[in-house]
Amino acid sequence: MIDALAGVLVIPAAAAVLLAALPGYRLTARLNVLAALLTFVTASSLFVVHPESGTYLLVDDLNKVFIVLTTFVGFTTSVFSASYIGHEIEIGRLTPRFVRFYHAMYQVLMFAMNLALVANNIGLMWVAIEMATLTTVLMVGIYRTHEALEAAWKYFILGSVGIALALFGTILIYMAARPVIGEGVDAMVWSALMSRAAQFDPALLNLAFIFLLLGYGTKVGLAPLHAWLPDAHAEGPTPISAVLSGLLLNVALYALLRFKMLLALNPEAIAPGPLMVIMGLISCLFAAFMLYRRRDIKRMFAYSSIEHMGIIVFAFGMGGALANFAGLLHMTMHSLTKSAIFFAVGHIAQVKGTQKIADMGGLTVTNPVLGWGLVLGVVAIAGLPPLGIFMSEFLVVSSTFAREPWLAIILALGILVALGGLFLRLNTIAFGEPRGPTAKAEASYVPMFAHLALVFMAGIYMPAPLVKGFENVARLLG
Amino acid sequence: MLRGNLSFDVAHLLAGSLVLVSFMQLYQDRLYALLNVYALHALVLAASVGWQAFVQDAPHLYVTAVIALVFKAIIIPAALHRIIVRLGIHREIETVVGAGPTMLLGMGLVALSMVVMLRVTAEADPLAREDLAFALSVVLLGLLMMVTRRNAVSQVVGFMSLENGLVLAATGAKGMPLVVEISVAFSVLIAFIVVGIFLFRIRERFDTVDIQALDRFRGERQ
Repeated sequence: MIDALAGVLVIPAAAAVLLAALPGYRLTARLNVLAALLTFVTASSLFVVHPESGTYLLVDDLNKVFIVLTTFVGFTTSVFSASYIGHEIEIGRLTPRFVRFYHAMYQVLMFAMNLALVANNIGLMWVAIEMATLTTVLMVGIYRTHEALEAAWKYFILGSVGIALALFGTILIYMAARPVIGEGVDAMVWSALMSRAAQFDPALLNLAFIFLLLGYGTKVGLAPLHAWLPDAHAEGPTPISAVLSGLLLNVALYALLRFKMLLALNPEAIAPGPLMVIMGLISCLFAAFMLYRRRDIKRMFAYSSIEHMGIIVFAFGMGGALANFAGLLHMTMHSLTKSAIFFAVGHIAQVKGTQKIADMGGLTVTNPVLGWGLVLGVVAIAGLPPLGIFMSEFLVVSSTFAREPWLAIILALGILVALGGLFLRLNTIAFGEPRGPTAKAEASYVPMFAHLALVFMAGIYMPAPLVKGFENVARLLG
Repeated sequence: MLRGNLSFDVAHLLAGSLVLVSFMQLYQDRLYALLNVYALHALVLAASVGWQAFVQDAPHLYVTAVIALVFKAIIIPAALHRIIVRLGIHREIETVVGAGPTMLLGMGLVALSMVVMLRVTAEADPLAREDLAFALSVVLLGLLMMVTRRNAVSQVVGFMSLENGLVLAATGAKGMPLVVEISVAFSVLIAFIVVGIFLFRIRERFDTVDIQALDRFRGERQ
């Protein structure tokens, strides 16, 4: 009898093997969707059944939220990916051989992300995040163009340096734990670390956190370590951009949050909050201003991801029940909205045959569904009421305002600047003279509108159990 | 007692040599020489890990030592040798910063890591803390190499020596689990990188492995 916890790992792993072996993209695309759906259902069952945590796997209220979000977006993205890849094969941008590889890698990525989330061992978590990085590197470079290879190479080198720094931090955590817990596997197990953290050497913990912040922060895409992110988003297949922005950044963030909780348990260690607040603010402001000079639609939304990750890290850095709640909500909303936007952008780029903003225009006239979908998505991501991101941004800013007014003002400035940048570009893309090809898109709009509907709902009404669950996690985060 | 001192001294010597070899890499301005020095780097690492395996009585560390010896000291340098010959770039490599300033920067980094690690780990056992200080120096020197070089191959060498520093740290942390798994994971990573360089050329996409030329292909630079 396999429990639900093992299920979220076994299903993608088995699917990856199967998809690597099977030919024909129609079948494999459907299987990919099916596997992702099964994983999502299994993950949701974690709320009902309560599997035991072991030495290697762990499930608690914190990672449940992450796992369900990851598997849900993984599932909807696979639906989008099926229609996206179909079109890529038609125009000959991808050969069937590469598609087979792509589908297998998609499931390996799901496996790696789930493993990073359920790992009860800091070493295992590190290996899983490295694995997720490698698979996305391969997928970013899948088009084999100059740009794609360069983006993959850059992502690879920067990601590897980040991963290497994170490993050094992990070793330092082990060094801090060893005198207290003793040698061997136990000194790397989360639950053991958390229960004894107060006795660790604070100086070692501090140093470890610096390395972990820089290392995993690279993967979160925090400025000034973000250089890989826009390229990787722009040059890979769009489903991968959606998964990168919506999920992989979260997984790295999850790692950071775990270590933050660990440090918080040691009264003599530095408070990790201020460091995260500073990096979050820098990322948010920097990315907001960078939005104005973008000519490539996918790069633009990649910078918007940096901005939002900045806000999220800022919120978690501020800490406290309210800010953590806001951070969690914002993270969820951002994942849903940003992937919805990439679903729209993927089809738009296919219709127009380009990603250059200058070559697309009047989308609401030529392709009304896609055009208005994008408008809705951008309205949501820019943080206009009544959508979910407005709620979470409002919570972040207002909870900060009560404690550190100046920081709140800077953050609000960043959000407003980003809003301006996004709308400036949206105006060109969605309205005005139609430019470029106007062919109909053969798209599946369901994932995009499902995400947007969820975001809309969260903006006006949040079900009580959800609020309670988030409050609970926010308390855990300290 | 004698045994204790000897094991400490040898471990110290090997870890120190690794830092020294890292310095030697910094001023190599020919790719061939750089690869040879890297092979030496990996060799010293293998010796150091092997010694740790012996001293800590941890047989699984021998696996890591063998990986370092066979994969990093022999296969990878040999493969890179062939690649640079095929690419026709076995001439001088350009550095962004000259050898003198690089060495000075390197010394600064080593001093920094000594100051940081020795102060932070005051209570840990002396072998672990000095090992860690050396390891951090090797990591930082690897990073320095990556930022001062423009050539993709020498950046990779920088990354690989950075990674050697991590393996040194991991083996120095007594009884750390998963060390073997981590060193295998890293070997996979490095193999990917090397294959990656090779692919760039095989597919005739790039005329050069000079990173500045790669920048040309950036999405937004017309």
